[in-house]
Amino acid sequence: MDDVMLNQFLLLAAILFSTGVYGVLAKKNAILVLMSIELILNAVNINLVAFGAHNGTVAGSVFALFVIAVAAAEVGVGLAIVLLIYRNRRSVDLDDVAQMKG
Amino acid sequence: MNVTPVLAADGFAQNLFFYAIAAGMAFSAIRVVTVKNVVHAAMYLVLVLAGVGAQFILLASEFVAATQVLVYIGAVVVLVLFGVMLTRAKLGEDVNLTNDYWWLGAVSAVMVFGVMAYSLLDYYGDEPLDEAGANSQLVGNTEQVSDAIFGQYLVPFEIISVLLLGALVGAIVLARKD
Repeated sequence: MDDVMLNQFLLLAAILFSTGVYGVLAKKNAILVLMSIELILNAVNINLVAFGAHNGTVAGSVFALFVIAVAAAEVGVGLAIVLLIYRNRRSVDLDDVAQMKG
Repeated sequence: MNVTPVLAADGFAQNLFFYAIAAGMAFSAIRVVTVKNVVHAAMYLVLVLAGVGAQFILLASEFVAATQVLVYIGAVVVLVLFGVMLTRAKLGEDVNLTNDYWWLGAVSAVMVFGVMAYSLLDYYGDEPLDEAGANSQLVGNTEQVSDAIFGQYLVPFEIISVLLLGALVGAIVLARKD
């Protein structure tokens, strides 16, 4: 019990990841979906840093930094798109954005 | 001479903090996707992101932890709050944020977690984080991280810079009013 296990970090990341998956699938507010994607990306970052510490290399930390940078770019562009949808149809409800539905 | 690896030296305190922070993170993460107010969800998201930063410190990656606080709590959450402000007529109003098929999402999430937890427990079992004191030399690894970024990973780093520039220009082009 006194030892720090690799698995406890991986299982915490699994909890965050599944919560994010639920949010992406079940939420109809576009901003909440973006927040759930942030949860998923953070779960991945925990995994990367934990495996880096496990292997005794800094590659995990470097990759986590890259993921953080990509996530920042993603949320910037994503929110711009959400703003555009809101400006065109006065709503960020994803159920309303269904023109492509056959 | 018997040098104890730094991470294993006080595993009890580490475990104590890990489980305290992890419990708070799991609770906050579930609140993010269940609460009925978008602003409250963003506040719970801050708690999760701060918890992730704390876990990075427990994993002896203090530079990633600092970046986490600066970029996520400092920039991303503020951006999300701007988005909430600009896309909602009334702040602080409780509305139904869940679609009709939320139970399918719940079933999928539980199944994903079940598969991941089973395979992790099966494969890694009781493997300690610190194998043979491998990361005792990683404590205070900011110098090694910077050496890796500006040496081995220089090209990906430059590509990330171009990507950030492209995203910046793209977001401005999309969001500005003509």
